[in-house]
Amino acid sequence: MVGKVDAAKGGAKSLQSPASNQATSKPDLSSISTTFSFKTLKLKTKQQELLIRVTILGLVYILAFITRLFSVLRYESMIHEFDPYFNYRTTLYLTEKGFYEFWNWFDSESWYPLGRIIGGTLYPGLMVTAAIIYWTLKFLRFAVHIREVCVLTAPFFASNTTIVAYFFGKEVWDSGAGLVAAALIAICPGYISRSVAGSYDNEGVAIFALLLTFYLFVKAVNTGSLAWSLASAFGYFYMVSAWGGYVFIINLIPLYVLVLLITGRYSMRLYVAYNCMYIVGMLLAMQIRFVGFQHVQSGEHMAAMGVFFLIQVFYFLVYVKHMLNDTKLFQALLRIGVTSAVAVGAIALGLGTASGYISPWTGRFYSLLDPTYAKDHIPIIASVSEHQPTAWSSFMFDFHILLFLFPAGLYFCFKRLSDATIFIVMYGLTSMYFAGVMVRLILVATPAVCLISAIAVSATIKNLTQAIRGKTTQTTTKALSKQQASLDQTIPYLKNGATALLLGAFYLLSRYAIHCTWVTSEAYSSPSIVLAARGAHGQRIIFDDYREAYFWIRQNTPSDAKIMSWWDYGYQITAMGNRTVIVDNNTWNNTHIATVGRAMSSYEDEAYEIMRSLDVDYVLVVFGGVTGYSSDDINKFLWMVRIGGGVFPVIKEPDYLVNGEYRVDKGAAPKMLNCLMYKLCYYRFGELTTEYGKPPGYDRARGVEIGNKDVKLEYLEEAFTTSNWIVRIYKVKPPTNRW
Amino acid sequence: MEVFVARSRLNLILLLVSLISLCFGSSSSLSSSSSELQILTAERRIDLASHIIRVVLNLKVQNDGASSASNVLLAFPPPQVKHLALIQAAELTGKKKKKAVHPLDVSPSNLADGPNGAKFFSISLKTPLTTGGSVSIEVSYILTQSLEPFPVEIAQSEPQLVLYRDSALILSPYVIKQQTTVIRTPSTKVESFTRVEPSSQIRTELKYGPYENQSPYSYTPILLHFENNNPFAVVEELEREIEISHWGNLQITEHYTLVHNGAKHKGGFSRVEYQSRPSMSGVSSFKHLVAKLPPRVHSVYYRDNIGNISTSHLRMGYSKVSELEIEPRYPLLGGWKATFVIGYGLPLQDFLFESSDGKRYLNFSFGCPIAETVVNKITNKIVLPEGSKNPSVIAPFSVEHSSETKYTYLDIVGRPVVVLKKENVVPEHNSHFQVYYNFHPMFMLAEPLMLTSVFFFLFVAAVAYLHMDISIRK
Repeated sequence: MVGKVDAAKGGAKSLQSPASNQATSKPDLSSISTTFSFKTLKLKTKQQELLIRVTILGLVYILAFITRLFSVLRYESMIHEFDPYFNYRTTLYLTEKGFYEFWNWFDSESWYPLGRIIGGTLYPGLMVTAAIIYWTLKFLRFAVHIREVCVLTAPFFASNTTIVAYFFGKEVWDSGAGLVAAALIAICPGYISRSVAGSYDNEGVAIFALLLTFYLFVKAVNTGSLAWSLASAFGYFYMVSAWGGYVFIINLIPLYVLVLLITGRYSMRLYVAYNCMYIVGMLLAMQIRFVGFQHVQSGEHMAAMGVFFLIQVFYFLVYVKHMLNDTKLFQALLRIGVTSAVAVGAIALGLGTASGYISPWTGRFYSLLDPTYAKDHIPIIASVSEHQPTAWSSFMFDFHILLFLFPAGLYFCFKRLSDATIFIVMYGLTSMYFAGVMVRLILVATPAVCLISAIAVSATIKNLTQAIRGKTTQTTTKALSKQQASLDQTIPYLKNGATALLLGAFYLLSRYAIHCTWVTSEAYSSPSIVLAARGAHGQRIIFDDYREAYFWIRQNTPSDAKIMSWWDYGYQITAMGNRTVIVDNNTWNNTHIATVGRAMSSYEDEAYEIMRSLDVDYVLVVFGGVTGYSSDDINKFLWMVRIGGGVFPVIKEPDYLVNGEYRVDKGAAPKMLNCLMYKLCYYRFGELTTEYGKPPGYDRARGVEIGNKDVKLEYLEEAFTTSNWIVRIYKVKPPTNRW
Repeated sequence: MEVFVARSRLNLILLLVSLISLCFGSSSSLSSSSSELQILTAERRIDLASHIIRVVLNLKVQNDGASSASNVLLAFPPPQVKHLALIQAAELTGKKKKKAVHPLDVSPSNLADGPNGAKFFSISLKTPLTTGGSVSIEVSYILTQSLEPFPVEIAQSEPQLVLYRDSALILSPYVIKQQTTVIRTPSTKVESFTRVEPSSQIRTELKYGPYENQSPYSYTPILLHFENNNPFAVVEELEREIEISHWGNLQITEHYTLVHNGAKHKGGFSRVEYQSRPSMSGVSSFKHLVAKLPPRVHSVYYRDNIGNISTSHLRMGYSKVSELEIEPRYPLLGGWKATFVIGYGLPLQDFLFESSDGKRYLNFSFGCPIAETVVNKITNKIVLPEGSKNPSVIAPFSVEHSSETKYTYLDIVGRPVVVLKKENVVPEHNSHFQVYYNFHPMFMLAEPLMLTSVFFFLFVAAVAYLHMDISIRK
């Protein structure tokens, strides 16, 4: 795989040569093939160039796909993680029942007893895309299972993204940069983390849609063409249908327009592009039920509307300026016009917000602008690991050399400032900020980082190769011509230096390829539902406990059983276990989740009352004490306490801590030792010897001997425990007879 | 069509028989042909070791009547008939050294039911039994789901006890001069059994008899209550799809719905108990099953509808059977269910042959490859290659037969599918059946040609596009 990356890079470099050939080594070519006339020869070079370009793109396309298949090779063709299971379940429903049933689906299997209106609370883009692919394949008589389609949707769209990246790079810089961008984004870990085979999540198609929208919009701005602008509106529509991250587009594009206006780059092209894209895009986006009228009613979308009105004012002013020849008069008008426009806008916004017509910003949006917001106010957002602020190491892990190439690329962009480069710079900088706020938003930054780095790589290599080719004094690149005067005498050193630098660049890029492959195979290809470990003799041990438990639930519980678990496992239980759950990963109702958190952190008899009121039949907990699996419910327990305590003040976090310390051994807080979660996890665990030389009841995940070995259950009984104890299921007993 | 004709003929015969019986009175209808027969000795061995009950009945029949008899009748009480999976008979000739076995035809008899609704099966003898002559017949039959768990629900620590009901005396329309019945239980743990003197228990064997001179239709119910911890693995439904590809592969996909049909599990399931005391806890449960697959099997998979099940072992056999040990995701306790799919490929040359008249035929085994399981309902679907015609089936026993069409990869007209259904199938049904059909090898090339032409046109289109200038502006 590494070899192929290098081939792609090599190709990207060799692409430069025909382009420069055209200017420099024409005599050589014509002397070699004297039989051809000049015109046919030129066509030949063009065709060669096309062939090389298409070949490289084709290879990059395939590479992007196959590098994401590690997970299928290491494990199997399966859906990963948590949210993808919901997407898979809804896709299955869509393909079985048809679009209208799907659109009007009221799902009574989740959020018992509330239920969930699926059609109105999800972004259907991903499911519809997968269903269309499936139906097309079925029409062509390819007898594939919908699961395989879902598993391979993300890699397929990652491949498509590389093509978009190529065109984007070509639009912003040149086709060389485009090819490098395509190659970089094909294997960039930041993107792979969300698009390996089986990671059937909204982001998989959304990044494609995001980049496509941006590309089409930049193209529209560059050409002023209504067609491109309309295309970008449709790209935006697809993005809105696929992922909530569309808010980024609807804020970045107005911001970009605003910057262009301020920097005096206003043009008719921009006017056409933005107006068409905004109006059509907005109307289209309203067709998505989940988004509805948010474009005119939500605070997050108001920037776009404000810029829309501003650009109208601008247009009017330009018109007036055109009509008035008196500059002084115009200045006055400008002052009055802009002031009143801003005032009217502010008043309108103020009125709208005050009257409740315009909804305020949501918690997630706030937490983006202020990284500490979620931690203080919304524990449910803060409890998700992918919402944590990004550590430096994960930047390095996900971007590798791109992290250094990114500033270099910014430098090149600033050197050749155009509407397009301004856009990519703004995209890069804003998304970099968001990537710093939340780990998962590294994904949004990845295309920008790849594109800007590609510009750096492409421009550097182009300059270096031109320096090596040396003889030519009529170079076109500004960078070289500036230094030319001083460098003319030292051309041999320049050549050697350039060669060394070129080798260095080649080394860096190959390191990048190796790093990406390693990261993909080691870190990002685990489905997280099947755990793998190395045994004492180096053999691979598979812990398939999750599916064991879910399948047990599916086969051996009554079909109307209600299962209570922490919300992380909700989607998986409904998708694989096919049973009703109390809460799931949708987290739309904080109170309901808090109720479950409260049940888990109460004493058994109190919890029993809560469970009876929720009609719970089974309780499922995840426990890693036997295998040393650390992301289990005991380690998540404090979040349950916090979320539960956020709504029900009877639950107090300090009750579960000893001097601010969280422990499960003998020194643990008494409430901790007797709460439901502790009991369910450690029921009869005290009889088990987990590790040689340790006392029975030794918890391997936390490395301590548990404090309460004699757990007695009064209202629940053990219904099933998986072979490695990772999932434990308890049955809630019916109330005892009073007589 | 043939089936229909046969059925209507059967109805007609039944009608006639009932008419006759109406005319002559109910008791006289039986005695007309065969009451002159009598059984000199009868020995019955009932094996209750697993949940499939295998009975071997050795009869020595003598003809005392005036005319020769060509049929021997067997009688079964109604509950047994319902659970009767298979019945076979053979004529034994010769003495110990030169023993020869001749299989005989057994078919449900058209005669009206005997007393208390007893049903008859008739064995057609090879040569009619002349007056005074005698013949030794060995009848073996298999009963399924005749062990009734009692108590119906057990906890994890309890062993599984079952009840078996039968008669101490062999039910027969003939006089039996001397008879014995031996019942073998899986262990010495017999809670109770009905005593019909003389009867005795010697370790795992219960012996009833010998009883002398019993009149026709004598019946003495007995009840056995004993421990049986063998896996009661019942496949409620098995759907096998056998897909023939003339490119050299036979692909088999088997969908199972497996259930532990013993005493239902009651109360909780404790993993500690199950792990640390396997001999005392969940003794009637089973963890794994062994499927015997044909030799040279390849690309075996074992999965269910949420993904691959990683616990299975394959012992490949190149000349003899391959063994696939499958372990469901969780141990099956009483009443627990598991559904899964087993799929494998086989080399075509081992199973597909050409008959002398130019027809192809598939020769494949019918039943479930998992050892010691009962299949309540089996559906074998044989997917013939696209373009094959006139399928016909030869099966060693009666099966329900229908046909459908299946569309799979790149099919245009669809593949003809022969569907064979049968209920109550035991491992003894694993004999071969044949499907004959006509097939022209030209059809093999249809799909490759189709694909080639698609790519060809794709490239032609690309070439055309590169040579065209479709811009409006010049």
